[in-house]
Amino acid sequence: MALLSFERKYRVRGGTLVGGDLFDFWIGPLYVGFFGVVTVFFSVIGTALIFYAAALGHDGIQTWNPWLINIAPPDLSYGLAFAPLKEGGFWQLITFCAVMAFSSWALRQVEISRKLGMGLHVPAAFSIAILAYVTLVVIRPLLLGAWGHGFPYGIFSHLDWVSNVGYQYLHFHYNPAHMIAVSFFFVNAIFLAFHGALVLSSVNPQEGEEVRQPEHEDSFFRDFIGYSVGTLGIHRVGTLLAVNAAFWSAVCIVISGPIWTESWPEWWNWWLDLPVWPVNWAVNQ
Amino acid sequence: MADEKPEGYWERASREPWNEWFPTKAVVILGVIFALIFVYGPLGGATDTETAQAGYRGTGMATIQNAEVYAAALATVDLYPEDEAPYEVEEGADIAGEYYENVQVLGHVSVDNFNRLMNAITQWVSPEQGCAYCHGEDGNFASDDYYPKVVARRMIQMTQNVNANWGDHVAPAGVNCYTCHRGLNVPEYIWFNEPADEGRELLGWDNNQNHPNSRVQSASLPSNVFEKFLLEDNAITVISQNVREQMYPERGIKSTEWTFGLMVHMSASLGVNCAYCHNTRSMGQWDQGPPARTTAWYGIRMARELNNEYLAPLQPVYPEHRLGVTGDAPKANCSTCHQGLYKPLAGKDMISNWPELAAPAPAAQQQAMAN
Repeated sequence: MALLSFERKYRVRGGTLVGGDLFDFWIGPLYVGFFGVVTVFFSVIGTALIFYAAALGHDGIQTWNPWLINIAPPDLSYGLAFAPLKEGGFWQLITFCAVMAFSSWALRQVEISRKLGMGLHVPAAFSIAILAYVTLVVIRPLLLGAWGHGFPYGIFSHLDWVSNVGYQYLHFHYNPAHMIAVSFFFVNAIFLAFHGALVLSSVNPQEGEEVRQPEHEDSFFRDFIGYSVGTLGIHRVGTLLAVNAAFWSAVCIVISGPIWTESWPEWWNWWLDLPVWPVNWAVNQ
Repeated sequence: MADEKPEGYWERASREPWNEWFPTKAVVILGVIFALIFVYGPLGGATDTETAQAGYRGTGMATIQNAEVYAAALATVDLYPEDEAPYEVEEGADIAGEYYENVQVLGHVSVDNFNRLMNAITQWVSPEQGCAYCHGEDGNFASDDYYPKVVARRMIQMTQNVNANWGDHVAPAGVNCYTCHRGLNVPEYIWFNEPADEGRELLGWDNNQNHPNSRVQSASLPSNVFEKFLLEDNAITVISQNVREQMYPERGIKSTEWTFGLMVHMSASLGVNCAYCHNTRSMGQWDQGPPARTTAWYGIRMARELNNEYLAPLQPVYPEHRLGVTGDAPKANCSTCHQGLYKPLAGKDMISNWPELAAPAPAAQQQAMAN
């Protein structure tokens, strides 16, 4: 049975969030929908603006070297106002297009989920990734009072931004929320690797054996670490890890500046300030 | 339709408590945490910040300071006593070296201006004790019996040297006694040598590290950085220039930690972060960093000269209670003047009204005074 003919029976009208039947159709395998159109609209405009801004160059440098293209936010002196196009205005417009495109992409997921009578787990999880981006380029700049605190759009330039913003707090690895986020990223990676490997090992049995079932997968982990979270459970774990990785990333940057302005190593002085240490033991003034 | 659904996971999954919990509740909980931070800010919970841009837009080279801390540091500027404008010196006016006894450094200054400066020094350094702090109660102003006078004389020479020869660091604001003293007999921010590390507990020599110390912001860096760089002349440049460079003694891990210790002190003293002087994509390259880095480069050399030429050699002059635990004299670092602002006293002009402190006496007059 061809995939499309199998899918056809799920291709029903309705479930849209806005606009009724507007764009409620498929092109080939792809559902279009109102938010699909919005996504395409802002993606195309945003990408065109990126090329336009890249063609104009920055800081007197004109380059098509993909590593060096840089579209930077405005100077801090513009605050939360609009900046001229060549002085950060492009960045502002591209940011707007990006937020619109990402949000529409999530809402398109909602519409597809509703058509299929599914839960909203996919758009919920995806929206946390959008939140992380919006935190970097909208929420934190708003809290600090200038769009110039957003990161620039460029491969090397955004890495420079990461480096400098890290050093604004002397040592960013001491940021507790950064620690949590990084831990979630690492655990997320190894759990995904374990999960993928476990499934592949079941469907690729040893010579002469039959394909294994979830019971074998469960048994493997019970033998291995005494516990299996189960076939459905591993996806809860995976979602939890991935969502938390993105969520704590957003937290770790939004607290840097708006909440904490000193060095992150200094934040840990609460440990030295605990009233349990012998006098003159911890801090040499 | 319901009958056609396959038995198994689909049906069961929809009834699983997790699916009740996520996405609705999970998103609500995470959203509430985030909203707290987001709403907390505008409602006044977030820290008010002062920001300043150091590099090209978008490089993240911004100083972000707590507005309250910054305002408190700025408020100290207003405490500066009002300057008395210099008197015009008429031809043939009496000069201090001839009018008073034992005026070794300011002998070339007119008597009026000499007294004007002496009066200002009491406001800057000893507003409570007045003249007696250096000159004693017995009215013998020529006497060198009181150690503060001997120290003060050397400090005036130091101030003249700073203004005359270290313009790369202090111009155009210049410095006078108040820059460090702020109305105190002893400046608030001074440093002494760290006691030699004699193997505390069982672990032996630990390079003065891992004992939280405010000099290096309680980081795990060695606390004897001032001795290394502001007294001794050790290399601060620790970045390798070559791939897989052989271990240079001056570019090892320990040297790096000393360097970072000094940098942490500088950033804390000036109320800035690394990006004020460096584009951290390449800390060592001068053409990547802001010009403030050159000012800082001279500042390190200046502090080293002042400690070696003026402050440390005064050790024999001080009574014991002015010395550090190792018996050394009090010395200066970046905090001594900066006190939380990247321009001490927010760049206030400290020297225009004090030509007496702007440079040592002209050579001819020095010669005359020596005779």
